[in-house]
Amino acid sequence: MTDWLTATILALAGVAAVVGIVLLVRDEPAQDRTFVVLGVVEVAVLVQLVVGAVSLSQTDRDVSGVLFVSYLVGNLLVLPIGAFWSLAERTRAGTGVLLVAVVTVIALQLRLETIWDGSGA
Amino acid sequence: MRELSSGPGRILVFVYGVFAVAATGRSLVQLGSDADRAPLAYTLSLVAAVIYLVATTCLLLGGRRAWVVAVGSCVVELLGVLSVGTLSYVDTELFPDKTVWSHFGQGYGFLPLVLPFLGLVWLRATRPDATS
Repeated sequence: MTDWLTATILALAGVAAVVGIVLLVRDEPAQDRTFVVLGVVEVAVLVQLVVGAVSLSQTDRDVSGVLFVSYLVGNLLVLPIGAFWSLAERTRAGTGVLLVAVVTVIALQLRLETIWDGSGA
Repeated sequence: MRELSSGPGRILVFVYGVFAVAATGRSLVQLGSDADRAPLAYTLSLVAAVIYLVATTCLLLGGRRAWVVAVGSCVVELLGVLSVGTLSYVDTELFPDKTVWSHFGQGYGFLPLVLPFLGLVWLRATRPDATS
């Protein structure tokens, strides 16, 4: 996998997670700028979907294609669904949902690395 | 009665949703690609997936009946993760491949072990008789 891209996403998601934790501690609802941060992460994840799909088509590694692509797509869906679900309730709970979504993206990044390294399901 | 899917329940629904998708995906990939390798583990993955789906749906639906079903699925989930978790340590031959519940959900940051407790605590706080 493209290491710099994974590193970038992990760093951006890390920033988003810190923002989420600060909001949670202060008991403030998610701000517009919170969603901007999430948007940046989402753009990076979108780039990863494209780059990942291209890398998959060019690699001769033993990567489980279905699994890899499904993780890439899942990765892309987590934040929008989380954001949508949190918007119905702009409270601490809504912020909590955003934080869980960001942590999920981080977890999926680590799983993507494992899958790319060929250690299957 | 409080809404099952608002407040802390909103976070819970999301986490359950993520697990429902993760477990469903995993079991479908496992069963679809190599079902003979570890039939028991893969079937249990599917069972876990169904339980997460049921729990998510019930939390979303709300109401007395959904509450009861949600309690049931959390209890089954708890028993499942405890028994599969224990078995996966004791009898490794039984599980040549992993399930969501193997080693008490180690591959998922032990969340599968924590989740049923969180679910039951939340359901206790929202039990239909508590506020009506």
